[in-house]
Amino acid sequence: MKHLLIATALAALAAGAAQAQTVRMGTEGAYPPYNYIDDAGQVAGFERELGDELCKRAGLTCEWVTNDWDSIIPNLVSGNYDTIMAGMSITDERDEVIDFTQNYTQPDPSAYLAKAGAEVDFAGGVIAAQTGTIQASHVASSGATLLEFATPEETIGAVRNGEADAVLADRAYLEPIAAEDAELDFVGEDVLIGGGVGMGLRESDAELKEKFNAAIQSMKDDGSLNALITKWEIGATF
Amino acid sequence: MFPYCSDPNAISGLTWLSCYLTTGKHTSLYLSFLTVLVLLAITAPVALVFGFGGATAARSRFAPLSWLGKGYIGIVRGVPDIAFFLFFVIALDQAFEYLRHKIKCPDWDQPIRQGNDFVVCAAAKLPLGDAPQWVHETYGFFLAVLTFSIIFGAFAANVLYGAMQAVPRAQIETAEAYGMSHGQSFRRILVPQMWVYALPGLSNLWMVLIKATPLLFLLGVEDIVYWARELGGTKTPKFTDYPHEDWRMWYFGALLVFYLVFTRVSEVVLARVMRRLTHGQATMGGEAQRKAAA
Repeated sequence: MKHLLIATALAALAAGAAQAQTVRMGTEGAYPPYNYIDDAGQVAGFERELGDELCKRAGLTCEWVTNDWDSIIPNLVSGNYDTIMAGMSITDERDEVIDFTQNYTQPDPSAYLAKAGAEVDFAGGVIAAQTGTIQASHVASSGATLLEFATPEETIGAVRNGEADAVLADRAYLEPIAAEDAELDFVGEDVLIGGGVGMGLRESDAELKEKFNAAIQSMKDDGSLNALITKWEIGATF
Repeated sequence: MFPYCSDPNAISGLTWLSCYLTTGKHTSLYLSFLTVLVLLAITAPVALVFGFGGATAARSRFAPLSWLGKGYIGIVRGVPDIAFFLFFVIALDQAFEYLRHKIKCPDWDQPIRQGNDFVVCAAAKLPLGDAPQWVHETYGFFLAVLTFSIIFGAFAANVLYGAMQAVPRAQIETAEAYGMSHGQSFRRILVPQMWVYALPGLSNLWMVLIKATPLLFLLGVEDIVYWARELGGTKTPKFTDYPHEDWRMWYFGALLVFYLVFTRVSEVVLARVMRRLTHGQATMGGEAQRKAAA
């Protein structure tokens, strides 16, 4: 065991001889259109394209890794990767633990998706949401019964099989699902929560944060960010 | 994969299926079966070594060594696996990086703990930040093997400890009467005879270990359950060439078959090993074998 570890460490040393800075980008890979795994098994989506362009503008080499949503912040602060781009909205609670760049999407309207024609009681019914999201804390504070799931897919499943009356999630995530499935429809009004989606970084990584902030600003200025937002149907442009 | 796969919308039936099952994503699923098998093949013997060490230490006549063995068995068995995986692996990784940091960057002046952050110099990162992805994956895999081995080693230690106590006292007494030293009777009499008592307990552990592999994804190692969930989930046409409904039932069904076949094969092999070990032993099973042969 010890030898294996040493061998791995040596391999890592040999491979790292050329000291170019590689930034490891952490994502969930289960939240289209923000990020998902494509047919070839690679990370794809809005954040993949955006992240690659940001790295190019900041002059960094980037590598994508996927991680479970539940442990995505602990693994960032312990240094297993350097950034989080996973459709993560900027909130005060998260800001206490990690740092965010400026937002690269507008505060995204969240929407309720339910079975077509169903009457949903938003203040007293059963609403599904993914664990640890801004939508989950919104449901918890609204008085409705919160039903939490580890993955976005399961929240939709809960509505399909009647376990939950509706699911609250980013509208951009629900849109293609509602378009595909005639049984599911949006209900009620959209709710605005969070401060837009930003890239999460360690609080001690101020230098990297400034690089990405500058790159995001340059993409906002020349309109290429808006083009990406429109292409992936994320929501409102800047 | 196949030339006719270039336009998946134009094909259907078995042709479609043959393309669908050979996408890059499915290849990852097939490879993850290999990951799980390799993990089991390495973990089982390593855990057995940990277990043997733990059991030998626990019954040592040298008190501190005995406390060490008993402490290892007691503490690790009492902590839930999932807590062990979330806490211990991150701590282990940070311990390695801390040691490397102390050796490689002696003139580093910033604190290592900054609020929630764990910051070491770039040269101390394990693996290095710019190492290729496969190095990171291999490193994560070996952390997983080590963690699994420590956990299952503690359970195995308890099984082996019990098995060592179960060997009839008369056997050891006879050995002593022949003038064997303590070490000699341990090596020649106790260890060869204890396996028959240990095997039922060890086979339980093996079965549990086979089914514990989904914990791997907590470490970022993508195992078969992760890929089954990912591939089986609803796919809308916008994000894939192969849209389908919620097919998780089929994928998990396939996993069920895999696990059942695997545990069945294990049972057959373990039964055969048990027959071998029973041969010539002073147990009821050994006696039955002797009578059947006579």
